[in-house]
Amino acid sequence: MGSITLAAGKIPATRRVATAATGESGAVRWILIGVAVFFLALFIFLPLTIVFSQAFAKGAGVYWASLRQPDALAAIGLTLLAAGIAVPLNLVFGVAAAWCLGKFEFVGKSLLITLIDLPFSVSPVVSGLIYVLLFGLQGLLGPWLSRHDLQIIFAVPGIVLATIFVTFPFVARELIPLLQAQGQEEEEAALALGASSWQTFFRVSLPNIKWGLLYGVILCNARAMGEFGAVSVVSGHIRGRTNTMPLHVEILYNEYQFSAAFAVASLLALLALTTLAVKTVVEWRARRQLAESAAWSEERQVV
Amino acid sequence: MSIEAKDITKKFGQFAALDHVDLNIPSGELVALLGPSGSGKTTLLRIIAGLEFADSGTILFDGQDTTHRNARDRRVGFVFQHYALFRHMTVFENIAFGLKVRPRNVRPSKEQIYAKVHELLSLIQLKNLSGRYPSQLSGGQRQRVALARALAVEPNVLLLDEPFGSLDAKVRLELRRWLRQLHDEVHITSVFVTHDQEEALEVSDRVAVMNDGHIEQVGSPDDVYHHPITPFVYNFLGNVNLFHGRVDEETPAIHNAATGNLVYVRPHLLEIQRHPNGGSNFRAVIKHINSAGPLVKIQALSEWGAPVQVELSQERFRELQLLKEETVFIIPKELKVFHKKAI
Repeated sequence: MGSITLAAGKIPATRRVATAATGESGAVRWILIGVAVFFLALFIFLPLTIVFSQAFAKGAGVYWASLRQPDALAAIGLTLLAAGIAVPLNLVFGVAAAWCLGKFEFVGKSLLITLIDLPFSVSPVVSGLIYVLLFGLQGLLGPWLSRHDLQIIFAVPGIVLATIFVTFPFVARELIPLLQAQGQEEEEAALALGASSWQTFFRVSLPNIKWGLLYGVILCNARAMGEFGAVSVVSGHIRGRTNTMPLHVEILYNEYQFSAAFAVASLLALLALTTLAVKTVVEWRARRQLAESAAWSEERQVV
Repeated sequence: MSIEAKDITKKFGQFAALDHVDLNIPSGELVALLGPSGSGKTTLLRIIAGLEFADSGTILFDGQDTTHRNARDRRVGFVFQHYALFRHMTVFENIAFGLKVRPRNVRPSKEQIYAKVHELLSLIQLKNLSGRYPSQLSGGQRQRVALARALAVEPNVLLLDEPFGSLDAKVRLELRRWLRQLHDEVHITSVFVTHDQEEALEVSDRVAVMNDGHIEQVGSPDDVYHHPITPFVYNFLGNVNLFHGRVDEETPAIHNAATGNLVYVRPHLLEIQRHPNGGSNFRAVIKHINSAGPLVKIQALSEWGAPVQVELSQERFRELQLLKEETVFIIPKELKVFHKKAI
């Protein structure tokens, strides 16, 4: 990873060229910066401060108490469970899908890419509704499921399914361009050197995509924990059983328990902040990896 | 280990990359697959390696059928045109890879791996760069690491796909001499693909000239250069003048006869004289002279208006004192005739 310094060094050089011809006058510059800062303050910093100040409005004691409430703990647990199932599954699905889309050419490839993007383009509420229509009592598979005493809608499985569906594209989307840029030669070299498919994957392919993969996982996790729409439709809002954290916040808020609502919300906000921090680091490494891959394949094409 | 490809056919969609190809590679030889791009040479190499599988035909290693074995089981060393080094591993780790991935019961110990890698590092003269990453190496260094990595597993055969294709001219020349030297030391059966005839003729024991999914001719460099059996081979291996000639039994003469046979003459096998010799000469006007280099390259226009290239030694050129726009007589010293039917 030595050429990184080289690649990274190029970008600021071109960015810094704000010459007299393309630059703005001092006043315009300050106005633009002012507008940006104002909007950031209004839409990001203000809400964040309010979340935390409201959460602690009645003191730290109330804050901790509302987090230790059994319903709150159940909601946190359920959120962790849903993310804990959805993220690993989407990690595996995502890698597999990206692998086959990034490394092979076949008929229907663009259709498959479109399908992977589907959860992005469909409203989460609609995706939740699809599950109700499929697995609900009046749904397509409802009678069969109830005969076998299986409950999916208004139960944990439904929440997990909805979460998986909504967060499906993150990992795959992140990896496809990376794998495309890398080509297949290193894998072929590993095979010719006697490595098994597993060794090739874990020793050659995976290290080459690890930052992109991690980035996808972080985004996937953030969305899995924060998902509201789809989960709201399938959950049924049974306190202590089918409420995830976002749903729990909504219920508390509707019951005028503002401090408790904001206490739980502050956890989600903290998660968002952590994600953001980790994301920034990982994103930087991931972009470097992609730039390196692109540089490698460019070098190949120069010939 | 000898390699035998029998009746290999490979199609990509409608396009036949290889069309019933046969090739024998005796043990210990260094063979070049030479041909223009799209002639099927890389496909043939990849089929020998087991990275690609033929639609029909068989591959034999030492007489053993390996047609359906994959690259992993064939124990081939494969060197890619673009190196395909593992970018997240150092030079040392790259070379050690093939040894480290062996099943535990046949894997060498750490010390053995270390010794082997360092032996190879000194062979490729990169001992002080073992901790570098591929991106910190020059093209020539990368290719040598790729070669060492392939040799580390002590392969039965060494296969190289345009090994010097991505290098600049000088490094290329150096590296191909080094490869020849290496082969003389290691004596591993090797096949390398190239589109550069000079490279093929200089490095290999035998050359297989490929065109359009066929093998046109297999022979020693001397053989294919001096006794080409098809017009394609003659054409591909060096510069050539093409004439339509009438051939008499004893002295083939070049005329502007469209119905005649095809007559090929290499530029250095044409002689220039001031006076007619009464035989197979023809008149030409000198249009351009390039005397920079070991040979003087002269472009002339024949009496029937076709461009002719002649190469003279510097001595002969000084002797003749040729000038532009001068009319001279050109005599073929040796020519190669292909009957029209054969083409």
